[in-house]
Amino acid sequence: MHNKTIAELTTGLNAGDFSSVELTQHYIDRINSLDKQLNSFITLTPDLALQQARYADEQRAAGNASLLNGIPLAQKDIFCTKDVKTSCGSKMLDPFISPYNATTIEKFNQSGAVMLGKTNMDEFAMGSSNETSWYGPVKNPWSLDSVPGGSSGGSAAVVAAQFAAAATGTDTGGSIRQPASFCGITGLKPTYGRVSRYGMIAFASSLDQAGPMTRTAEDAAIMLNVMAGFDPRDSTSVDEAVPDYTSDLNNSMEGLKIGLPKEYFAEGLDDSVAKIIEAAVKEYEKMGAVVKEISLPNSKLSVPTYYIIAPSECSSNLSRMDGVRFGHRCKDPKDLNDLYIRSRGEGFGPEVKRRILIGTYALSEGFYDAYYVKAQKTRRLISDDFNQAFQDVDVIMGPAAPSTAFNLGEFSDDPITMYLSDIYTIAVNLAGLPGMSIPAGFVNNMPVGLQLIGKHFSEAKLLNVAHQFQQQTDWHKKVPELFV
Amino acid sequence: MSKLDKSDVEKIAFLARLGINDQDIPEYATNLSNILDLVEQLDSVDTDNVKPMSHPLDSVQRLRVDEVTEVNDRDNLMSHSPEVEDDLFLVPRVVE
Repeated sequence: MHNKTIAELTTGLNAGDFSSVELTQHYIDRINSLDKQLNSFITLTPDLALQQARYADEQRAAGNASLLNGIPLAQKDIFCTKDVKTSCGSKMLDPFISPYNATTIEKFNQSGAVMLGKTNMDEFAMGSSNETSWYGPVKNPWSLDSVPGGSSGGSAAVVAAQFAAAATGTDTGGSIRQPASFCGITGLKPTYGRVSRYGMIAFASSLDQAGPMTRTAEDAAIMLNVMAGFDPRDSTSVDEAVPDYTSDLNNSMEGLKIGLPKEYFAEGLDDSVAKIIEAAVKEYEKMGAVVKEISLPNSKLSVPTYYIIAPSECSSNLSRMDGVRFGHRCKDPKDLNDLYIRSRGEGFGPEVKRRILIGTYALSEGFYDAYYVKAQKTRRLISDDFNQAFQDVDVIMGPAAPSTAFNLGEFSDDPITMYLSDIYTIAVNLAGLPGMSIPAGFVNNMPVGLQLIGKHFSEAKLLNVAHQFQQQTDWHKKVPELFV
Repeated sequence: MSKLDKSDVEKIAFLARLGINDQDIPEYATNLSNILDLVEQLDSVDTDNVKPMSHPLDSVQRLRVDEVTEVNDRDNLMSHSPEVEDDLFLVPRVVE
Protein backbone atom coordinates (compact mmCIF):
# COMPACT_ATOMS: atom_id res chain seq x y z
CA MET A 1 0.00 0.00 0.00
CA HIS A 2 2.86 2.37 0.85
CA ASN A 3 4.09 2.53 -2.75
CA LYS A 4 0.88 4.16 -3.97
CA THR A 5 0.27 7.83 -4.70
CA ILE A 6 -2.53 9.83 -3.08
CA ALA A 7 -4.53 9.46 -6.29
CA GLU A 8 -4.06 5.66 -6.27
CA LEU A 9 -4.80 5.35 -2.55
CA THR A 10 -8.04 7.28 -2.99
CA THR A 11 -9.06 4.86 -5.75
CA GLY A 12 -8.24 1.92 -3.45
CA LEU A 13 -10.19 3.40 -0.55
CA ASN A 14 -13.17 4.13 -2.76
CA ALA A 15 -13.12 0.59 -4.18
CA GLY A 16 -12.96 -0.88 -0.67
CA ASP A 17 -9.60 -2.62 -1.37
CA PHE A 18 -8.49 -1.42 2.08
CA SER A 19 -9.81 0.91 4.78
CA SER A 20 -8.13 4.04 6.07
CA VAL A 21 -7.62 2.27 9.42
CA GLU A 22 -5.73 -0.55 7.65
CA LEU A 23 -3.73 1.91 5.61
CA THR A 24 -2.90 4.05 8.64
CA GLN A 25 -1.88 1.03 10.72
CA HIS A 26 0.33 -0.11 7.84
CA TYR A 27 2.19 3.22 7.82
CA ILE A 28 2.48 3.25 11.63
CA ASP A 29 4.02 -0.25 11.59
CA ARG A 30 6.37 0.75 8.79
CA ILE A 31 7.53 3.87 10.65
CA ASN A 32 7.99 1.92 13.89
CA SER A 33 10.17 -0.67 12.21
CA LEU A 34 12.18 1.55 9.84
CA ASP A 35 12.42 5.14 11.09
CA LYS A 36 15.19 4.34 13.60
CA GLN A 37 17.50 4.52 10.60
CA LEU A 38 16.33 7.97 9.50
CA ASN A 39 15.06 9.92 12.55
CA SER A 40 12.54 11.62 10.28
CA PHE A 41 9.84 12.20 12.91
CA ILE A 42 9.98 14.31 16.09
CA THR A 43 6.54 13.24 17.31
CA LEU A 44 4.36 10.31 16.27
CA THR A 45 0.62 10.54 16.81
CA PRO A 46 -0.63 6.96 16.24
CA ASP A 47 -3.70 7.25 18.51
CA LEU A 48 -4.86 10.46 16.87
CA ALA A 49 -4.12 8.98 13.43
CA LEU A 50 -6.22 5.87 14.04
CA GLN A 51 -9.05 7.97 15.47
CA GLN A 52 -8.97 10.19 12.36
CA ALA A 53 -8.82 7.08 10.15
CA ARG A 54 -11.88 5.54 11.85
CA TYR A 55 -13.77 8.79 11.35
CA ALA A 56 -12.67 8.93 7.70
CA ASP A 57 -13.89 5.37 7.12
CA GLU A 58 -17.27 6.29 8.66
CA GLN A 59 -17.51 9.38 6.48
CA ARG A 60 -16.69 7.37 3.36
CA ALA A 61 -19.28 4.73 4.23
CA ALA A 62 -21.83 7.51 4.68
CA GLY A 63 -20.95 8.93 1.26
CA ASN A 64 -19.29 12.05 2.70
CA ALA A 65 -15.69 11.49 1.65
CA SER A 66 -13.90 14.78 1.03
CA LEU A 67 -10.75 15.33 -1.00
CA LEU A 68 -8.09 13.69 1.19
CA ASN A 69 -10.46 11.45 3.12
CA GLY A 70 -8.49 8.79 4.97
CA ILE A 71 -5.10 9.67 3.44
CA PRO A 72 -2.21 9.43 5.96
CA LEU A 73 0.08 12.48 5.87
CA ALA A 74 3.04 13.78 7.85
CA GLN A 75 3.14 17.42 8.95
CA LYS A 76 6.32 19.44 9.35
CA ASP A 77 6.78 20.29 13.02
CA ILE A 78 6.58 24.00 12.20
CA PHE A 79 2.75 23.87 11.97
CA CYS A 80 0.87 24.36 15.22
CA THR A 81 -1.22 21.27 15.99
CA LYS A 82 -3.75 21.54 18.79
CA ASP A 83 -2.90 19.42 21.86
CA VAL A 84 0.16 17.98 20.08
CA LYS A 85 3.77 19.01 20.71
CA THR A 86 4.92 21.64 18.22
CA SER A 87 8.69 22.01 18.67
CA CYS A 88 9.93 23.60 15.42
CA GLY A 89 13.02 21.43 15.90
CA SER A 90 14.07 23.48 18.93
CA LYS A 91 14.75 22.85 22.60
CA MET A 92 13.05 26.23 23.11
CA LEU A 93 9.68 24.78 22.10
CA ASP A 94 10.25 21.21 23.33
CA PRO A 95 7.72 21.80 26.14
CA PHE A 96 5.22 23.52 23.81
CA ILE A 97 1.87 21.79 23.28
CA SER A 98 0.03 24.03 20.83
CA PRO A 99 -3.31 25.41 22.05
CA TYR A 100 -4.61 25.82 18.48
CA ASN A 101 -4.31 24.51 14.92
CA ALA A 102 -2.54 26.26 12.06
CA THR A 103 -4.94 27.07 9.20
CA THR A 104 -3.16 24.46 7.05
CA ILE A 105 -3.73 21.77 9.69
CA GLU A 106 -7.36 22.87 10.03
CA LYS A 107 -7.82 22.53 6.27
CA PHE A 108 -6.29 19.05 6.20
CA ASN A 109 -8.58 18.03 9.06
CA GLN A 110 -11.60 19.32 7.16
CA SER A 111 -10.50 17.42 4.06
CA GLY A 112 -10.51 14.17 6.04
CA ALA A 113 -6.73 13.64 6.07
CA VAL A 114 -5.01 11.58 8.76
CA MET A 115 -1.94 12.96 10.62
CA LEU A 116 0.69 10.29 11.34
CA GLY A 117 3.02 12.68 13.14
CA LYS A 118 5.25 15.75 13.06
CA THR A 119 8.43 15.65 10.99
CA ASN A 120 11.96 16.56 11.96
CA MET A 121 13.41 19.81 10.63
CA ASP A 122 16.26 22.26 11.05
CA GLU A 123 15.77 24.36 14.20
CA PHE A 124 13.20 27.07 13.42
CA ALA A 125 13.68 26.10 9.74
CA MET A 126 17.20 27.58 9.73
CA GLY A 127 19.49 25.20 7.90
CA SER A 128 20.03 23.34 4.63
CA SER A 129 20.90 19.89 5.98
CA ASN A 130 18.54 19.12 8.89
CA GLU A 131 21.63 19.01 11.11
CA THR A 132 20.59 22.00 13.24
CA SER A 133 17.57 20.14 14.72
CA TRP A 134 17.71 19.77 18.49
CA TYR A 135 16.33 16.26 17.93
CA GLY A 136 19.34 15.17 15.90
CA PRO A 137 19.94 15.01 12.16
CA VAL A 138 17.76 13.15 9.66
CA LYS A 139 19.49 10.69 7.32
CA ASN A 140 18.92 10.58 3.59
CA PRO A 141 16.97 7.42 2.61
CA TRP A 142 19.19 7.04 -0.48
CA SER A 143 22.40 7.00 1.57
CA LEU A 144 22.45 6.96 5.35
CA ASP A 145 25.76 8.90 5.34
CA SER A 146 24.16 11.84 3.51
CA VAL A 147 21.95 14.69 4.61
CA PRO A 148 18.34 14.82 3.38
CA GLY A 149 18.63 18.59 2.84
CA GLY A 150 16.79 21.17 4.85
CA SER A 151 15.00 22.64 6.44
CA SER A 152 12.12 20.27 5.53
CA GLY A 153 14.50 17.29 5.67
CA GLY A 154 12.22 15.11 7.79
CA SER A 155 9.29 15.58 5.41
CA ALA A 156 11.45 14.85 2.35
CA ALA A 157 12.85 11.68 3.97
CA VAL A 158 9.34 10.55 4.99
CA VAL A 159 8.05 10.79 1.43
CA ALA A 160 11.16 9.18 -0.12
CA ALA A 161 11.10 6.32 2.42
CA GLN A 162 7.33 5.91 1.92
CA PHE A 163 6.43 6.52 5.56
CA ALA A 164 3.38 8.61 4.53
CA ALA A 165 1.45 9.26 1.34
CA ALA A 166 2.72 12.84 1.33
CA ALA A 167 3.98 15.55 3.68
CA THR A 168 4.01 19.29 4.14
CA GLY A 169 7.03 21.53 4.07
CA THR A 170 7.82 25.20 4.32
CA ASP A 171 10.24 27.13 2.15
CA THR A 172 11.95 30.41 3.12
CA GLY A 173 15.06 30.08 0.94
CA GLY A 174 14.72 26.62 -0.61
CA SER A 175 13.57 24.48 2.32
CA ILE A 176 11.04 22.51 0.24
CA ARG A 177 12.88 22.39 -3.11
CA GLN A 178 16.43 21.56 -1.94
CA PRO A 179 15.41 18.57 0.25
CA ALA A 180 13.00 17.45 -2.51
CA SER A 181 15.99 17.46 -4.86
CA PHE A 182 18.27 15.63 -2.39
CA CYS A 183 15.65 12.94 -1.63
CA GLY A 184 14.24 12.47 -5.15
CA ILE A 185 10.67 13.65 -4.54
CA THR A 186 8.34 16.35 -5.87
CA GLY A 187 8.23 19.59 -3.88
CA LEU A 188 6.27 22.77 -4.56
CA LYS A 189 6.78 26.19 -3.01
CA PRO A 190 3.72 28.24 -3.98
CA THR A 191 3.56 31.98 -4.63
CA TYR A 192 4.09 34.07 -1.49
CA GLY A 193 0.69 34.52 0.18
CA ARG A 194 -0.97 31.59 -1.64
CA VAL A 195 -1.03 29.34 1.46
CA SER A 196 -1.87 30.76 4.88
CA ARG A 197 0.99 31.35 7.32
CA TYR A 198 -1.37 31.40 10.32
CA GLY A 199 -0.07 29.00 12.93
CA MET A 200 3.06 28.27 10.91
CA ILE A 201 5.89 29.34 13.20
CA ALA A 202 7.44 32.39 11.55
CA PHE A 203 11.07 32.49 10.43
CA ALA A 204 11.24 35.31 7.85
CA SER A 205 7.73 36.63 7.37
CA SER A 206 8.24 38.22 3.95
CA LEU A 207 9.67 34.96 2.53
CA ASP A 208 7.98 32.02 4.31
CA GLN A 209 5.58 29.88 2.35
CA ALA A 210 4.14 26.38 2.94
CA GLY A 211 3.71 23.75 0.26
CA PRO A 212 3.30 20.06 -0.51
CA MET A 213 6.05 17.40 -0.69
CA THR A 214 4.81 14.40 -2.64
CA ARG A 215 5.67 11.49 -4.92
CA THR A 216 4.12 13.05 -8.02
CA ALA A 217 3.04 16.39 -9.45
CA GLU A 218 -0.54 15.11 -9.53
CA ASP A 219 -0.40 14.53 -5.77
CA ALA A 220 1.09 18.00 -5.26
CA ALA A 221 -1.89 19.43 -7.17
CA ILE A 222 -4.34 17.50 -4.96
CA MET A 223 -2.54 18.70 -1.80
CA LEU A 224 -2.42 22.31 -3.02
CA ASN A 225 -6.16 22.17 -3.71
CA VAL A 226 -6.56 21.71 0.05
CA MET A 227 -3.81 24.08 1.23
CA ALA A 228 -4.28 27.14 -0.99
CA GLY A 229 -6.63 30.01 -0.31
CA PHE A 230 -7.22 33.33 1.36
CA ASP A 231 -7.10 33.40 5.14
CA PRO A 232 -8.30 36.49 7.01
CA ARG A 233 -6.09 35.37 9.93
CA ASP A 234 -2.91 35.92 7.88
CA SER A 235 -2.49 39.59 7.01
CA THR A 236 -0.22 38.76 4.05
CA SER A 237 -2.47 36.03 2.64
CA VAL A 238 -3.59 36.94 -0.88
CA ASP A 239 -7.26 37.19 -1.77
CA GLU A 240 -7.01 35.57 -5.19
CA ALA A 241 -9.27 32.85 -6.65
CA VAL A 242 -8.01 29.27 -6.21
CA PRO A 243 -8.27 27.20 -9.40
CA ASP A 244 -8.58 23.39 -9.41
CA TYR A 245 -4.87 22.60 -9.69
CA THR A 246 -5.54 19.19 -11.21
CA SER A 247 -7.49 20.55 -14.19
CA ASP A 248 -4.51 21.71 -16.30
CA LEU A 249 -2.23 18.71 -15.64
CA ASN A 250 -2.74 17.20 -19.08
CA ASN A 251 -2.19 20.35 -21.15
CA SER A 252 0.31 19.90 -23.97
CA MET A 253 3.92 21.14 -23.82
CA GLU A 254 3.73 22.10 -27.50
CA GLY A 255 5.10 25.64 -27.83
CA LEU A 256 5.93 26.02 -24.12
CA LYS A 257 8.67 28.64 -23.84
CA ILE A 258 11.40 27.56 -21.41
CA GLY A 259 14.06 29.99 -20.21
CA LEU A 260 17.44 28.71 -19.04
CA PRO A 261 19.25 31.36 -16.98
CA LYS A 262 22.91 31.29 -17.98
CA GLU A 263 23.85 32.26 -14.41
CA TYR A 264 22.36 28.94 -13.16
CA PHE A 265 24.71 26.90 -15.35
CA ALA A 266 27.89 28.79 -14.50
CA GLU A 267 30.76 28.11 -12.11
CA GLY A 268 29.78 26.28 -8.94
CA LEU A 269 27.41 23.80 -10.59
CA ASP A 270 28.52 20.18 -10.45
CA ASP A 271 29.16 18.93 -14.02
CA SER A 272 27.25 15.70 -13.58
CA VAL A 273 24.23 17.59 -12.22
CA ALA A 274 24.41 19.99 -15.18
CA LYS A 275 24.28 17.02 -17.60
CA ILE A 276 21.13 15.69 -15.97
CA ILE A 277 19.41 19.07 -16.08
CA GLU A 278 20.34 19.45 -19.76
CA ALA A 279 18.94 15.98 -20.50
CA ALA A 280 15.69 16.89 -18.71
CA VAL A 281 15.36 20.04 -20.80
CA LYS A 282 15.89 17.93 -23.95
CA GLU A 283 12.95 15.79 -22.81
CA TYR A 284 10.79 18.92 -22.92
CA GLU A 285 12.09 19.79 -26.39
CA LYS A 286 10.95 16.33 -27.52
CA MET A 287 7.50 17.23 -26.21
CA GLY A 288 7.47 20.37 -28.36
CA ALA A 289 8.77 23.00 -25.95
CA VAL A 290 11.03 25.80 -27.15
CA VAL A 291 14.19 26.58 -25.17
CA LYS A 292 15.86 29.94 -24.90
CA GLU A 293 18.84 31.21 -22.92
CA ILE A 294 17.97 34.07 -20.59
CA SER A 295 19.86 36.15 -18.07
CA LEU A 296 19.13 36.95 -14.45
CA PRO A 297 22.04 39.37 -14.04
CA ASN A 298 21.53 40.06 -10.35
CA SER A 299 21.48 36.36 -9.34
CA LYS A 300 24.79 36.72 -7.53
CA LEU A 301 23.18 39.19 -5.14
CA SER A 302 20.61 36.65 -3.95
CA VAL A 303 22.61 34.98 -1.19
CA PRO A 304 23.95 38.24 0.37
CA THR A 305 20.52 39.89 0.11
CA TYR A 306 18.87 36.88 1.72
CA TYR A 307 21.41 36.78 4.56
CA ILE A 308 20.36 40.27 5.61
CA ILE A 309 16.60 40.00 5.10
CA ALA A 310 16.03 36.53 6.56
CA PRO A 311 18.11 37.02 9.75
CA SER A 312 16.65 40.49 10.32
CA GLU A 313 13.10 39.16 10.15
CA CYS A 314 14.03 36.11 12.23
CA SER A 315 15.61 38.21 14.99
CA SER A 316 12.34 40.12 15.22
CA ASN A 317 10.08 37.03 15.02
CA LEU A 318 12.06 35.02 17.55
CA SER A 319 11.94 37.80 20.14
CA ARG A 320 8.60 36.27 21.21
CA MET A 321 10.52 33.31 22.63
CA ASP A 322 11.21 35.03 25.95
CA GLY A 323 10.67 32.28 28.53
CA VAL A 324 7.62 34.05 29.97
CA ARG A 325 4.47 32.92 28.17
CA PHE A 326 5.45 29.56 26.67
CA GLY A 327 8.46 27.42 25.86
CA HIS A 328 11.73 26.88 27.72
CA ARG A 329 12.53 28.87 30.86
CA CYS A 330 15.88 28.81 32.68
CA LYS A 331 16.09 27.71 36.33
CA ASP A 332 16.08 30.34 39.12
CA PRO A 333 16.41 33.58 37.13
CA LYS A 334 17.84 36.32 39.34
CA ASP A 335 16.21 39.19 37.45
CA LEU A 336 14.23 39.82 34.28
CA ASN A 337 17.27 40.20 31.98
CA ASP A 338 18.77 37.04 33.41
CA LEU A 339 15.48 35.25 32.66
CA TYR A 340 15.50 36.41 29.01
CA ILE A 341 19.21 35.90 28.42
CA ARG A 342 19.55 32.46 29.94
CA SER A 343 16.22 31.10 28.68
CA ARG A 344 17.13 32.14 25.13
CA GLY A 345 20.77 31.15 25.52
CA GLU A 346 19.77 27.64 26.65
CA GLY A 347 16.81 27.25 24.29
CA PHE A 348 18.41 28.18 20.95
CA GLY A 349 21.15 26.28 19.09
CA PRO A 350 24.21 27.80 17.37
CA GLU A 351 22.74 28.40 13.89
CA VAL A 352 19.67 30.15 15.28
CA LYS A 353 21.92 32.26 17.51
CA ARG A 354 24.10 33.25 14.56
CA ARG A 355 21.07 34.44 12.63
CA ILE A 356 19.55 36.30 15.57
CA LEU A 357 22.89 38.07 16.10
CA ILE A 358 23.28 39.02 12.43
CA GLY A 359 19.69 40.23 12.27
CA THR A 360 19.97 42.20 15.50
CA TYR A 361 23.14 43.85 14.19
CA ALA A 362 21.61 44.66 10.79
CA LEU A 363 18.56 46.23 12.42
CA SER A 364 20.43 48.10 15.15
CA GLU A 365 20.64 51.87 15.34
CA GLY A 366 22.99 53.32 12.73
CA PHE A 367 23.12 50.16 10.58
CA TYR A 368 19.50 49.75 9.48
CA ASP A 369 19.81 51.74 6.25
CA ALA A 370 23.18 50.29 5.30
CA TYR A 371 22.01 46.69 5.70
CA TYR A 372 18.26 46.11 5.81
CA VAL A 373 17.10 48.92 3.50
CA LYS A 374 20.00 48.22 1.14
CA ALA A 375 19.00 44.55 0.98
CA GLN A 376 15.37 45.48 0.31
CA LYS A 377 16.60 47.49 -2.67
CA THR A 378 18.77 44.71 -4.09
CA ARG A 379 15.79 42.42 -3.49
CA ARG A 380 13.82 44.54 -5.96
CA LEU A 381 16.60 44.27 -8.55
CA ILE A 382 16.50 40.47 -8.23
CA SER A 383 12.71 40.48 -8.56
CA ASP A 384 12.84 42.83 -11.59
CA ASP A 385 15.16 40.36 -13.36
CA PHE A 386 12.44 37.71 -13.18
CA ASN A 387 9.72 40.11 -14.37
CA GLN A 388 11.92 40.93 -17.34
CA ALA A 389 12.61 37.26 -18.09
CA PHE A 390 8.92 36.32 -17.92
CA GLN A 391 8.18 38.78 -20.74
CA ASP A 392 9.72 36.18 -23.05
CA VAL A 393 9.27 32.78 -21.41
CA ASP A 394 6.54 30.78 -19.65
CA VAL A 395 8.71 28.89 -17.22
CA ILE A 396 12.32 29.04 -16.07
CA MET A 397 14.28 25.83 -15.56
CA GLY A 398 17.56 24.98 -13.90
CA PRO A 399 19.06 22.92 -11.11
CA ALA A 400 17.44 23.02 -7.66
CA ALA A 401 20.84 22.63 -5.98
CA PRO A 402 24.45 22.78 -7.20
CA SER A 403 25.17 19.15 -6.22
CA THR A 404 23.52 15.99 -4.93
CA ALA A 405 23.11 15.53 -1.16
CA PHE A 406 26.34 16.20 0.72
CA ASN A 407 27.64 14.08 3.60
CA LEU A 408 26.49 14.48 7.17
CA GLY A 409 28.94 16.78 8.92
CA GLU A 410 30.55 17.93 5.67
CA PHE A 411 29.69 21.62 6.09
CA SER A 412 28.51 21.82 9.69
CA ASP A 413 31.56 23.93 10.67
CA ASP A 414 31.30 26.11 7.61
CA PRO A 415 28.01 28.06 7.59
CA ILE A 416 28.88 30.20 4.55
CA THR A 417 29.51 27.21 2.25
CA MET A 418 26.25 25.72 3.49
CA TYR A 419 24.46 29.00 2.67
CA LEU A 420 25.80 28.85 -0.89
CA SER A 421 24.08 25.48 -1.44
CA ASP A 422 20.81 27.46 -1.64
CA ILE A 423 22.07 29.68 -4.45
CA TYR A 424 19.45 28.56 -7.03
CA THR A 425 16.45 28.60 -4.73
CA ILE A 426 16.79 31.79 -2.68
CA ALA A 427 16.02 34.28 -5.47
CA VAL A 428 12.61 32.66 -5.97
CA ASN A 429 11.64 33.46 -2.36
CA LEU A 430 12.97 37.01 -2.62
CA ALA A 431 10.76 37.53 -5.68
CA GLY A 432 7.78 35.69 -4.11
CA LEU A 433 7.48 33.33 -7.12
CA PRO A 434 6.27 29.73 -7.17
CA GLY A 435 8.97 27.08 -7.66
CA MET A 436 9.17 23.31 -7.81
CA SER A 437 11.77 20.59 -7.71
CA ILE A 438 11.02 17.32 -9.52
CA PRO A 439 13.16 14.17 -9.82
CA ALA A 440 15.26 14.33 -13.01
CA GLY A 441 17.89 11.63 -12.65
CA PHE A 442 20.69 10.27 -10.51
CA VAL A 443 24.41 10.83 -9.98
CA ASN A 444 26.13 7.91 -8.21
CA ASN A 445 22.75 6.64 -7.08
CA MET A 446 21.83 10.00 -5.50
CA PRO A 447 18.81 11.96 -6.83
CA VAL A 448 18.99 15.23 -8.75
CA GLY A 449 16.11 17.71 -8.87
CA LEU A 450 15.06 19.87 -11.81
CA GLN A 451 13.82 23.26 -10.62
CA LEU A 452 10.83 24.90 -12.33
CA ILE A 453 10.09 28.57 -11.66
CA GLY A 454 6.89 30.29 -12.76
CA LYS A 455 5.18 33.66 -12.72
CA HIS A 456 3.23 34.71 -9.63
CA PHE A 457 0.15 32.48 -9.16
CA SER A 458 1.14 30.15 -12.02
CA GLU A 459 1.12 27.01 -9.82
CA ALA A 460 -1.32 25.27 -12.20
CA LYS A 461 1.13 25.81 -15.08
CA LEU A 462 4.11 24.54 -13.05
CA LEU A 463 2.17 21.45 -11.99
CA ASN A 464 1.18 20.84 -15.61
CA VAL A 465 4.81 21.15 -16.73
CA ALA A 466 5.97 18.83 -13.93
CA HIS A 467 3.21 16.28 -14.60
CA GLN A 468 4.02 16.08 -18.31
CA PHE A 469 7.67 15.31 -17.47
CA GLN A 470 6.48 12.56 -15.15
CA GLN A 471 4.39 11.06 -17.97
CA GLN A 472 7.59 10.70 -20.05
CA THR A 473 10.07 9.67 -17.35
CA ASP A 474 10.06 7.37 -14.34
CA TRP A 475 12.65 9.07 -12.09
CA HIS A 476 9.87 9.94 -9.64
CA LYS A 477 8.99 6.25 -9.31
CA LYS A 478 12.44 5.20 -8.09
CA VAL A 479 12.55 4.08 -4.48
CA PRO A 480 15.61 3.80 -2.21
CA GLU A 481 16.69 0.18 -1.77
CA LEU A 482 16.42 0.21 2.03
CA PHE A 483 12.81 1.41 1.90
CA VAL A 484 11.08 -0.54 -0.89
CA MET B 1 39.80 40.49 8.32
CA SER B 2 37.46 40.46 11.26
CA LYS B 3 34.78 43.12 11.22
CA LEU B 4 33.37 42.31 14.62
CA ASP B 5 35.39 41.70 17.78
CA LYS B 6 34.53 40.18 21.14
CA SER B 7 32.99 43.33 22.56
CA ASP B 8 30.80 43.84 19.47
CA VAL B 9 29.44 40.30 19.81
CA GLU B 10 28.78 40.85 23.52
CA LYS B 11 26.96 44.09 22.77
CA ILE B 12 24.79 42.54 20.02
CA ALA B 13 24.06 39.49 22.17
CA PHE B 14 22.84 41.77 24.96
CA LEU B 15 20.62 43.71 22.53
CA ALA B 16 19.09 40.36 21.53
CA ARG B 17 18.96 39.21 25.19
CA LEU B 18 20.76 36.10 24.02
CA GLY B 19 23.09 34.17 26.32
CA ILE B 20 26.35 33.05 24.70
CA ASN B 21 29.11 31.14 26.46
CA ASP B 22 32.36 33.11 26.78
CA GLN B 23 34.40 30.40 25.09
CA ASP B 24 32.10 30.50 22.02
CA ILE B 25 32.41 34.26 21.45
CA PRO B 26 35.53 34.17 19.21
CA GLU B 27 33.84 31.65 16.89
CA TYR B 28 30.69 33.79 16.67
CA ALA B 29 32.87 36.86 15.95
CA THR B 30 34.51 34.98 13.06
CA ASN B 31 31.22 33.56 11.71
CA LEU B 32 29.48 36.92 11.86
CA SER B 33 32.41 38.72 10.26
CA ASN B 34 32.40 36.18 7.42
CA ILE B 35 28.69 36.73 6.87
CA LEU B 36 29.25 40.51 6.79
CA ASP B 37 32.06 39.98 4.25
CA LEU B 38 29.62 38.02 2.09
CA VAL B 39 27.06 40.79 2.40
CA GLU B 40 29.62 43.45 1.47
CA GLN B 41 29.09 42.59 -2.23
CA LEU B 42 25.89 44.60 -2.03
CA ASP B 43 27.82 47.84 -1.39
CA SER B 44 29.07 47.98 -4.97
CA VAL B 45 25.53 47.88 -6.43
CA ASP B 46 23.99 51.21 -7.38
CA THR B 47 20.55 51.31 -5.75
CA ASP B 48 20.07 55.09 -5.56
CA ASN B 49 16.81 55.10 -7.50
CA VAL B 50 15.49 51.74 -6.35
CA LYS B 51 12.48 51.58 -4.07
CA PRO B 52 12.95 49.16 -1.12
CA MET B 53 10.86 45.98 -1.54
CA SER B 54 9.20 44.96 1.70
CA HIS B 55 6.57 42.63 0.26
CA PRO B 56 7.21 40.34 -2.72
CA LEU B 57 3.88 41.24 -4.34
CA ASP B 58 4.11 44.90 -3.30
CA SER B 59 0.80 44.52 -1.48
CA VAL B 60 -0.19 47.00 1.16
CA GLN B 61 -1.11 45.93 4.67
CA ARG B 62 -4.68 44.74 4.79
CA LEU B 63 -6.68 46.12 7.71
CA ARG B 64 -9.73 44.60 9.36
CA VAL B 65 -12.63 46.11 11.23
CA ASP B 66 -11.66 46.74 14.83
CA GLU B 67 -13.98 44.30 16.53
CA VAL B 68 -13.52 41.24 18.73
CA THR B 69 -13.45 38.08 16.61
CA GLU B 70 -11.56 35.58 18.75
CA VAL B 71 -13.12 33.80 21.69
CA ASN B 72 -11.57 34.40 25.11
CA ASP B 73 -9.29 31.40 25.58
CA ARG B 74 -7.38 32.80 28.54
CA ASP B 75 -7.10 29.70 30.73
CA ASN B 76 -5.93 27.50 27.88
CA LEU B 77 -3.39 30.05 26.65
CA MET B 78 -2.00 30.73 30.11
CA SER B 79 -1.64 27.04 30.87
CA HIS B 80 1.36 26.95 28.49
CA SER B 81 3.40 29.37 30.58
CA PRO B 82 6.26 28.00 32.71
CA GLU B 83 4.97 30.00 35.72
CA VAL B 84 1.54 31.50 36.36
CA GLU B 85 -0.19 32.72 39.51
CA ASP B 86 -3.68 34.23 39.90
CA ASP B 87 -4.10 34.65 36.13
CA LEU B 88 -0.77 36.47 35.83
CA PHE B 89 2.50 35.46 34.16
CA LEU B 90 5.22 35.38 36.80
CA VAL B 91 8.66 36.95 36.23
CA PRO B 92 11.39 37.93 38.70
CA ARG B 93 10.73 41.13 40.66
CA VAL B 94 11.30 44.17 38.42
CA VAL B 95 10.56 47.05 40.82
CA GLU B 96 12.14 46.87 44.28
